[in-house]
Amino acid sequence: MIRVDNVRKSFGAFRALDGLTLNAAEGTVLGLLGPNGSGKTTTVKVLTTLLAPDSGDAWVAGHSVLRAPELVRRNLGLSGQYAAVDEKLTAFENLHMVGRLYGMNRQNATARAHELLADFRLTDVSGKRAGTFSGGMRRRLDLAGAVVARPKVVVLDEPTTGLDPRGRLDTWDVVAGLVSEGTTVLLTTQYLEEADRLADHIAVINHGSVIAEGTATQLKDRAGSERVDITVRDGSDLQAAASVLAVATSGLATPEVDPAALRVSVAAPGGHSVLVRVLAELDARSVSVTEASLRRPTLDDVFLQLTGGSALTEKRKNDSKEGVPA
Amino acid sequence: MSVITAAVRDSSVIAHRNLLNVLRTPGALVTGIVQPVMFVLLLGFVFGGSLGGDQYRSFLIGGILAQTLTFNASFTAVYLAKDLQLGLIDRFRSLPMSRVAVILGRTTSDLYTSVISVAVTLLCGLAVGWRMNTGALQLLAALGILLLFAFAVSWIGALIALTARSVEVAQSLGLVWLFPVTFVSGAFVSTASLPGPLRTIAEWNPVTSVATAVRELFGNTAPSGFIAPGGWPADNALLYAVMCSLVVIAVFAPLAIAKYRRISKL
Repeated sequence: MIRVDNVRKSFGAFRALDGLTLNAAEGTVLGLLGPNGSGKTTTVKVLTTLLAPDSGDAWVAGHSVLRAPELVRRNLGLSGQYAAVDEKLTAFENLHMVGRLYGMNRQNATARAHELLADFRLTDVSGKRAGTFSGGMRRRLDLAGAVVARPKVVVLDEPTTGLDPRGRLDTWDVVAGLVSEGTTVLLTTQYLEEADRLADHIAVINHGSVIAEGTATQLKDRAGSERVDITVRDGSDLQAAASVLAVATSGLATPEVDPAALRVSVAAPGGHSVLVRVLAELDARSVSVTEASLRRPTLDDVFLQLTGGSALTEKRKNDSKEGVPA
Repeated sequence: MSVITAAVRDSSVIAHRNLLNVLRTPGALVTGIVQPVMFVLLLGFVFGGSLGGDQYRSFLIGGILAQTLTFNASFTAVYLAKDLQLGLIDRFRSLPMSRVAVILGRTTSDLYTSVISVAVTLLCGLAVGWRMNTGALQLLAALGILLLFAFAVSWIGALIALTARSVEVAQSLGLVWLFPVTFVSGAFVSTASLPGPLRTIAEWNPVTSVATAVRELFGNTAPSGFIAPGGWPADNALLYAVMCSLVVIAVFAPLAIAKYRRISKL
């Protein structure tokens, strides 16, 4: 339903897309995961016919963005990074306008607008100007605009960037709703949790090409085994905890110490037996433990491994700037 | 649906959206209202005394109308530049809508501002002693010529917005050319009083022909001290004004639309 084939796009000396190739089957969600500047938005612009690729081609619902851009637009709904709503128009007027521009007559555009206002829980504010809306409401209105013509493919560029947690949950519900109706979705995000939660298939991109892809589970498997995390009460016990973890895993992996979080973490191919041994040993040494856990690697670990850390550090910086947890 | 009906339909949707925006932006119409009033009073009473008093103020109104509508090009430049910076433009560009609608909708909706400016100028004229000495038909013809001209210069404003790519640049670029274009003309003085090359430029300046045509239709004559201007444009002001507007549209509309197709926000 969505296919991107070896697309290249440069802006001057900067290679935004460097042979990007993607595929999304009908009715699935493809998550495009990458840090700022990795080429996510450029990919969205190529798919939505806003930008022509330098080479390669992309297809939406079987139509080439180069040869049949008009048919691509008919089959596609876009919700860009900045909510594309007219602040001076009411919620109803915004959706009515988009319906008219999709070629609907007044009556159909009106009916469809009311239907969407109900679906996106905006009926109560349908007569209020979009400029008075919260970030989450504005985003819902924008998403509603993307599906006015019931497109086969919906492209969402960082749909939750800048939203509060409530707004993110709202948006996730909307995406889940789209998928249940059989819409194919391409979603870009910097949030690993979001890709994990929404996408059937994830493509991790960096510097304009795919560096890893698969389901969330497959990607996590690539990051290796389960991990044991131990948090101690007293910083002076960190070294003791680290040596206990090293012994318990037979020295196969080096424990990572995070002094700020008072946490020691290690890859533990033994799973729960390692955790039991570690806790017994720490107890014997009278080390006070506040938290002990066994967890599967997160996409954070995958990201860290794939990009050598640089991308994640950058991402965390951005997250803390925006006040959104990763 | 044919390409043309689609273009007209989509443009009218955009024009409606623009109209709602103007009506809901307090102060959006202030410039369009204040400027003609200011020029009627400034020129009418500062220059008026030396140039012919009541007779000059009567003569002035046609010139103020031509000038005010030329300045409307700067509104198109600014509002279109603002539109182009909105996230909304990406939505429009990703829709299966006519590629001319965003621009044609803008140049059309800016005519609303023009209509208001014309009404304000005429009311202000009535207040300072201007009178129309002809009939309703001539009034309609004058309005037609004025709005056609406003629509034409609006396309120049559109091209400026599409070239400038930022509101600040569009604002200054949209304004600077308007002063020489409106002042080196017969809008406020007789072209015959200008020196050498300026006189030729002023005689062929479309602003002059619009002012002259409107004065003819209103039956307003120049103050007795004015030297009567000569030359083909002065003798055929009405025809020349319409021709100029059509030529400006024929040149700038395709340029603006081609430019819009090419641009893309990064």
